[in-house]
Formats: sequence, C-alpha cells, structure tokens
Amino acid sequence: MNQNSAPLHEALERYRGNRVVPFDVPGHKQGRGTPELTEFLGKQCLSVDVNSMKPLDNLSHPTSVIRDAEALAADAFGARSAFFMVGGTTSAVQAMIMSVCKSGDSIIIPRNVHKSAINAMILCGINPVYVDPGVHSDLGISLGMSPSGLEAAVKAHPSAKAVFVNNPTYYGICPDMERMARIAHSAGMAVLADEAHGTHFYFGDDMPPPAIRAGADMSAISMHKTGGSLTQSSLLLAGGDKISPDYVRTIINLTQTTSASYLLMSSIDIARKTLATEGRAKLREVRELAEYARNEINGIGGYYAFSREIINGRDVADFDSTKLSIHTLKIGLAGVEVYDILRDRYGIQIEFGDMGNCLAIVSVGDTHYNIERLVSSLSEVKRLNGKEGLSLWEQEYIPPVVKLSPREAFYANREILPLVSSRGRVSSEFVMCYPPGIPLLAPGELITRDVLGHILYAKDKGSLLMGPQDMTLENIFVVKREV
Amino acid sequence: MELWYTEEHTPNVRFSIKIKEQVLSVNSPFQRIDVFDSEEFGRFFTLDGVIMLTQHDEFIYHEMIAHVPMAANPAARNALVIGGGDGGTVREITRYRTVARVDLVDIDKMVVDVCREHLPFTSRGLTDGRVSLHFEDGLKYIRRFTDFYDLIIVDSTDPFGPGEGLFTSEFYGNCFNALTEDGILVNQHENPYYGYYSHAMQRAHARIREFFPICRVYQAHIPTYPSGHWLFGFASKKTDPVAGLDAAAWNSLGIETRYYNTDLHAGSFMLPNYVKKQLEKPTAA
Repeated sequence: MNQNSAPLHEALERYRGNRVVPFDVPGHKQGRGTPELTEFLGKQCLSVDVNSMKPLDNLSHPTSVIRDAEALAADAFGARSAFFMVGGTTSAVQAMIMSVCKSGDSIIIPRNVHKSAINAMILCGINPVYVDPGVHSDLGISLGMSPSGLEAAVKAHPSAKAVFVNNPTYYGICPDMERMARIAHSAGMAVLADEAHGTHFYFGDDMPPPAIRAGADMSAISMHKTGGSLTQSSLLLAGGDKISPDYVRTIINLTQTTSASYLLMSSIDIARKTLATEGRAKLREVRELAEYARNEINGIGGYYAFSREIINGRDVADFDSTKLSIHTLKIGLAGVEVYDILRDRYGIQIEFGDMGNCLAIVSVGDTHYNIERLVSSLSEVKRLNGKEGLSLWEQEYIPPVVKLSPREAFYANREILPLVSSRGRVSSEFVMCYPPGIPLLAPGELITRDVLGHILYAKDKGSLLMGPQDMTLENIFVVKREV
Repeated sequence: MELWYTEEHTPNVRFSIKIKEQVLSVNSPFQRIDVFDSEEFGRFFTLDGVIMLTQHDEFIYHEMIAHVPMAANPAARNALVIGGGDGGTVREITRYRTVARVDLVDIDKMVVDVCREHLPFTSRGLTDGRVSLHFEDGLKYIRRFTDFYDLIIVDSTDPFGPGEGLFTSEFYGNCFNALTEDGILVNQHENPYYGYYSHAMQRAHARIREFFPICRVYQAHIPTYPSGHWLFGFASKKTDPVAGLDAAAWNSLGIETRYYNTDLHAGSFMLPNYVKKQLEKPTAA
C-alpha cells in the first residue's frame, strides 16, 4: 500500500477547499461563531473540526476514507486490522479486553497494569488472575511477567480466556513477547498487549519486538504518546485470525462517541504516514538523543539512568532504550521529589516520578538544547538538593490479596472509613499514583499493612494520589462486613 | 538602486543600515550567518537577522563586558567566554598579561570560521596562545567545572533560540559552582526599554540573584542594539564591583581604551529609575 497517502487528511483538505456551507453541527460553524476560541486555536484548526458526513465517512461505520485510513494503519503496523480510537488508549484497552472476555471469564494479567484494564473488568465483570511481575531489587521498579510465572498461572487457571501483557512497561521493560504468545496460544488463550508506550517499536531499528509481529492477537497503541498524533488519539490493532474485526467494531461502538473528532482522527492518519515513511530515521535520532542523555546523566554521579544492562532473560527480556528512566535514590531524593523540583525550579516537565525513579520521555520533538537543559538541571538538583545517605524505601512487590472481583467490590454495599483505620478491610476503590496510573490498591483487594504503608509514604513524598471519591485521600470506601 | 539592511527591534520598530555590499550569507547547522559592508558602521555581521556587532561600535560592548569585571578583580587568571565566537571579548581579556588561560566556548564553529575570515578586527583576539576554543553547548561545557574559573563572561545571543539555555537557572547554578571564591559572572543582559527584551532581562536577573550574594547591573550605550541602551549583569560571590574597585591599580596597567575608564566604571552602575524598578520585581522561574 502507498504509505505516502493520508486519505482522511486529504478528504479534510478537500472539504476545506470546497467551502461547504454548514447547516449541521458543530455549532461554532468552522469557528465563525466563537471568535475567542478561534483566535486561540487558529482558524485552520476550527475549520476542520467537523461532524461525520458522506465525504468524510463515519468512524462507527467506516466505508470510505476512514476505512482506507484504517487499512493503511493496519498495513503500516503489520496488523490484520486497525481501528482509530478517540477515547484514548484507555478505550482501546477496554475494547480489547471486552472483545475476548465476557462476564464471569478470567484474564491472566500482571499486577502492574494501567487502571484502564482493571476498569474494564469492573465494567464487564471479569476476574483477574494476577501474576507477580517481579521487582528489580536495586531499582524498585516492577518488571514484566516471566515465562515461568505465566506458565504457572496458565496451569493453575486453564479456563482463563486471555493473557494481558505490558509491552513495554512505563519504564521501558519488555517481556519475551514471542514466548508469552506461544505459552498462551498453546493453552488456547488470546494474547492482548498494552503497547501504550510501544508505538515506535513498529517503526524503529533495533527496537524490542512489537506485540502483533510477535504473535499477539490484539494490541492497544497510544499513537499520541510516542507516535506524534494529538492527545487522546489511539489505535487498536488486531493480529491473527482468531478475532473478528466486525465483532471488535461492535464492541468499540458500545462505548465510543458517535461524534468522533476529526482533529484526532486526522492526526492519527498523518502520524501513521510520517511513522511509515520517515519513522526509521527519526527514531534513530531519538535513540541517539536518549543514549547521549543517559551517558551525561550517569556522568553526574549519583543518578543511575538505566538501560539494556538490566536485561536478564527472565522478567526483563528486553528494554526500550528511548525511555530515559533515572534512578534517584542514591542522591537522597525520591523520584517524585526530583520531578517536582525540575518543574518548579527549572521549568522542566518530565513524565512522572515515583518512589525511586523518574522518567523523561524523549521523542521526535526533542532537541539537543532541551536535553542539555535537562542534564544541567539534574546536576543542579543533585548539587543543591542532594542529601547524604540513602532514604531507601524497601520496595518489594506487594502481592495483592484479592478477596472479591473488582466488579463485586465496586458495586458492593460499602462504607467510608478514615484511610488510617482501614487496615484489614476490602477496598471498594482504586488508589494510584498518577502518573503512572498503576493501582497500589484495586477494588476487591485487602488493605494490608504493607499496602497502607506504601500509600502513606507516597502521599508523604508528594505523589499525586487519586482514585478514591474523597479527593484528599483521608478516607476510603471499603466493602461492608456481613453482619 | 539602494540596498538596506533592516532589523525589527519590535514588530513596530525598524532599524535600518544602508548596505554597500553583502559579503557573505551562509547557514550553519544552528543559525543563519550574514556579513555586510556599510558606510556608517563599516563591516558588520548578523545571526538569524540580528546584529551581533559592527566594526565601528563593537568597542563599546567588548570593552564594557570585559574591563568592568577585570578591573573589579585584576587577579583573575582563568577566564571563560561563552558565546562570543567573533573573538571581540577574548581580544579585550587577552590584553591583561596576568590572565593565564582563556577558554572560548561557542556552539557554532562556523561563526568562528566566518569571523576569522571576514572580521579580523575582532577575531585577532583568538590567535593569542592562551586561548583555547571549544565548540559545544555552553550549558554542557560548564557542568564539568567546580571552583575553577575566576571570570565567566556570557557573550550570548538573545534568550530566544540557540542562546536560551544560557539564561536558565540551571546554567547560572552551574556557573556559580564553576567559579572560584573571588569569581565573577558577567552576562549581556538585554535592553530595559522594549518589553520583549526587558522581560527576559528581569527573569535572568531574578534567576542570577537566587545564586549570587552580589548581583548588580551596569549599562552602556550601543548605537546598533535595540533602543541603544544595553545592560550587563555583574554577579559574584564576594567582589563588589564599585566599592572594591582599585582605580589607580587599573590605570597603572596602561591599557588604552576608547569607551571604558575607571570613572565610567562607577557611573555605569548608576541606573535610571525605571530600570531600578524593573530589577526590584521578583520575577524568577
């Protein structure tokens, strides 16, 4: 297929050129009715913020330019079919899970998944079978599932419908995708990949293997994260022949808007074209920039910007070296503290910081100047804020004690308790640091001393905690005890 | 036919010089470099369409950026110039025999090459045996040093584009760390008159003040820079630029200057009220 074309983008250009008189929604009418908004976002932008119409196709029933754009995306990613998503990768993850699981089914899933996966289980009544993803003993980050861990889970839960895999994790850790797919398929289970942070795997040289090519049945792709499309735009890919594309579209249409944004969709179309035609060269530059930054940061001393040396063939099968992950504890600061100082003092916004690490995303939009600013700021943070000695938080994987399915706990009779007195109860809510949005506690899990300690520590260090209805996180909803 | 060079000092103000001849126009990996000959200002060169220096008035800028700190600390031995690939600032510093080492760090080698070929009046400073050239980002270069330089001069472009990193907290903090106890940081501080520049100046000043106990501003009149009124920042750990000046000592060196003198040294720190007011505003970050 001709990856130089962008059918949806071209159709919007034609629409703009035709000077159509709009007597349909949106009511801003190509920006004429909203001068302040048009001044802010630009006339070009507002003029193509349009509704579905015959020449522009319809996302929920694509038959022309959107169908063609999706086919080109599938071709570019080497997938059987591709679906444009406008509700973020959250919607892609949920549609993916709901395409292979029904109420009462189980899914084998590493505990360090994004909350969107657990939300899908609440919506659909699916039971999680959690696999310990393993924790790196020095870095304190959770890793990927090991093949032996998956084999054990498959053996213990032979009726599970699917295996869910992060490729990569937020930190860039990749599992052995091909082996995961073989193990799952030999047990008759589907393989679903969360590739929110792995768009570029499909286009760069020497990248970890992308899930679809490694045999996954479906994958959720955040085009907007590293692929260059607008925030909230995403792709869902389907691989082998086990999945019916028409069924997937029906599932997507259960929850997806019927007024899909053409700004988002055209940005996917253009990002796909750019990735397919120039991605290789651009990603080489990105990797070189990240590599350079890593060397410089490691040269400062104290910081540890880790990379492929942590590959161990078990729970770290591969590493995405475009991720600039930095271990900060040796300078006496938590990752989230470094994250805050960089933003407040140096005007540098990185992706996130947690207890022991912080993460800077390096992408096609970065320059040497910005990398130098990041490195210099980190050296200053160490000089001015670094402390003697280590404030190490013993980060071990805290195995969740699942008492109820997420759905049961979410909809159970419940009561609100002060967080500090909730030990021993079953949570009805999520608690997570955001980003990365990986739950410390999910509905249905026992609030143990270890979990509580972790939450209070994160709160103390200034992590943005969210999930509970009580936004101050003083109180938490727990499942009522049977009397 | 008339040929005019025009620079927009603001979107509403233009400054033009009649051109005899355009000598050169090249694009480096970082910026566009042009060299012109003019009747009024002699030869001049521009980066991305902004005048860096002209043959006839460059002495003002280069004397003021170099002699003020050197007079305040005549014992300076190790000097660093960041930016300034034209060589003018280095030329003035090398006039002090007591200076042992001058490092020039400019990100753009092509600026130095062009100036060597077409602007000998400034680039001759680069031929001194004490001078070493480093072609890299100043922000990166400075990270490696602790307690080493007695003088750092930031002779940069405006804080919009390649020079932006040289107006940041991380840069000033690294400079503080690289300076000796008697060390001095001088930087070109933009003009106070036009809002676009004066905001950058205020921010830079507030950031420097976070690190340096002594933080002053002095001025000069430079015909070809926007508004003609230019500021320089003077920051140090303990050297006061005015009270600490030993005028007799500097005058005994016998350095001949066209703009700078020790009376003007003290006077240049006396600022108009509206500039004082701008500098009082706390506008860091």
